[in-house]
Amino acid sequence: MIRLKNLSICYGSRILFDKVNTSFDNGQLTALIGRNGSGKSTLLRAIAGLNRQYSGDIILDGKDLRSLSPGGLAKSLAFVTTERTRIPNMRCVDVVAIGRAPYTNWIGRMQDIDRNIVMDAISSVGMENYAERTMDTMSDGECQRIMIARALAQDTPVMLLDEPTSFLDMPNRYELVSLLRTLAHVSGKCILFSTHELDVALRMCDSIALVDNGALHHLSVTEMVNSGHIQRLFSSPEVSFEELLWQNRK
Amino acid sequence: MRTRASILFIVLAALTLFLFMLDLSVGAVAVPLSDVWAALTGGECPRTTAKIILSIRLIKAIVALLAGAALSVSGLQMQTLFRNPLAGPYVLGISSGASLGVALFILGAPLFGLSASFASLGIAGAAWIGAAAVLIVIAAVGHRIKDIMVILILGMMFSSGVGAIVQILQYLSKEESLKAFVIWTMGSLGDITLSQLYILLPAVMMGLALAVVTIKPLNLLLFGEEYAVTMGLNIRRSRGLLFLSTTLLAGTVTAFCGPIGFIGLAMPHVTRMLFDNSDHRILIPGTVLTGASVLLLCDLVSKIFTLPVNAITALLGIPVVVWVVLRNKSVTR
Repeated sequence: MIRLKNLSICYGSRILFDKVNTSFDNGQLTALIGRNGSGKSTLLRAIAGLNRQYSGDIILDGKDLRSLSPGGLAKSLAFVTTERTRIPNMRCVDVVAIGRAPYTNWIGRMQDIDRNIVMDAISSVGMENYAERTMDTMSDGECQRIMIARALAQDTPVMLLDEPTSFLDMPNRYELVSLLRTLAHVSGKCILFSTHELDVALRMCDSIALVDNGALHHLSVTEMVNSGHIQRLFSSPEVSFEELLWQNRK
Repeated sequence: MRTRASILFIVLAALTLFLFMLDLSVGAVAVPLSDVWAALTGGECPRTTAKIILSIRLIKAIVALLAGAALSVSGLQMQTLFRNPLAGPYVLGISSGASLGVALFILGAPLFGLSASFASLGIAGAAWIGAAAVLIVIAAVGHRIKDIMVILILGMMFSSGVGAIVQILQYLSKEESLKAFVIWTMGSLGDITLSQLYILLPAVMMGLALAVVTIKPLNLLLFGEEYAVTMGLNIRRSRGLLFLSTTLLAGTVTAFCGPIGFIGLAMPHVTRMLFDNSDHRILIPGTVLTGASVLLLCDLVSKIFTLPVNAITALLGIPVVVWVVLRNKSVTR
C-alpha cells in the first residue's frame, strides 16, 4: 500500500504536484495517466525513492520512505523503468535472479528458496520457455515480461511500472496489463503503472489516477468516466472521447 | 555452463603460469624452462642463471602479471559502471589524469623552483592524485549528465587538454626532467625496482580486493543505476568503492609502468566472449587471468623484437576494439 500525505513535487520552478493526498491499496491495479510532461514519471520516481526532492510524506506499508534503508526499500518496492534493458551474454533466468539481490549475501549467492522464487516469477509471467535464452534475441514484449518477472522475484508488496506498454503492439498491450491485473488480484500486490493508453486504463484497471495541473484525481474507473476530467484534459477539436467513455460506462 | 567456466579457469590459469615461466626464460640470455623452474623452487642450476631469473626477470614478470590483471579489471569496472563497451581507464581520461599528475611532478615542480626528488612514492603519489582527481570530476559531472556518451566525449577532450598542457610543460622544462618524463610515457614493465614493487604489489592487491567487494554492485549496475538503486544498491558507497578500486589499479600501474593502452579496454570483451557470461563473479577472476596472460604475452613479444610494450598492446588491442564496434548490431547491417 502506498500513501501520499501532502505530497508536493516541483520540477525546476514548476509545481507538478501540490499537496496531494491519496492512497493506493493492496490488490489493486491503478493506471497513472496524464498529458506528456505532466509529471507521471516524476511521481513514480519519487515513490521509488529515486527522486528525494519532495515535501510531504510518502508512506510504503506504514513506513516513511525517508526512514527506509536502500535494502529495506528494495524489499518494499520494485520498479520497472522505461528503459529497454538488453544485457548480452545473460540468460533470462539470471536476469530474474538479480531481483533476489536484496535477500542474497555480499556476493549474491543464491539459496534453494531463491531459485524457487525465481522459477515461480518466470512462470507467473508465462516465460518458462525463455529461461535459458538471452534478451538480445527477444522481442520488446518478451523482454518486458522478463523485467516484470525480475520485479516479482524481488517479492515486494508494491510494484511500480513506468509506461510498460509503450513499445508494445495492441494485443501485447492488453496481454501485459491483464497480466498485471492478475498479479494484483491474485497475489494482493499494489501495482501502479503510468500509461498513455486510455482505452487500456479504462478497460482493465481498478482505479485511475489522473495528473491534472498539480492535482492528482484518484478515482475508480466508473467515477473517472463520469467525472468529466478525461474529456476536459485530453479532448481537442480533432479528438473526442465520448465513444470510448460511453463504452466503459458501467 | 558451470563446467565451461571451470574448464576455462583451469586452462587460463595454466596458460598464465606457462607464459609467466616463458617470460622468465626469454631475454638477452635464453634460459631453459627447466632451469627457470629450478631457480624458482631453489633447485640446482648455475648461480648466474639463478641471479638473472630471481633478481632481474622475476620482478619484471610479476609486474607484467600485476599490471595486466589490474588494467583489465579496471576496464571491466568502468565498462559496467558507465554501461559503455568503449569505456576503459584510457578512454575516460584516468590515464591522462595520471599522466598530468606525473608531468606536473617531474616537469612542473622544477619550473617553480621545487627540486623534485624522483622518489618512487613521489611519482606514484602524483599519478594517484591525478587519476583520482579525474575520477572525482567524472563522478561529479556524471551524476548530472544522463547521456553517458557526453562523459566519454568529455574524457577525450580532457585527454587532449592534458596533452596540450604536457606539451607546454615539455617545452619549458629542462632536458633531464624532459627525458625522465618521455621515458615514463613510453610505458615499460622493466624499470621497476624491488622497493617499487613493494608499493605496486600491495596497491594492486588492495584494488583487486576492493574489486571483489564490488562484484554484487557491478552485477546490479548492469541494469543501470535506477534499477540498481531500486534493488537495494547503496549507489554512493558502491561508486566510491569502484572509483577507489580503479584508482588503485589503473592509477598505480600507470604511475609505475607509464600509460599502457588497450589492455583495459579489450580484455573485458575477450573475457565476456570466452565465458559467454556477464556475471561479475565469473568476469572479475576471468579478466584477472586473461589480462595477466595477455600482458605477459605482450612482454614476451616486446622482448623478442625489442619493441616498446605500448606498441604491442595497441597492435593486439585495436583489432579487438574494431571487432566490438562492428559487432554492435546497430552499426552494421
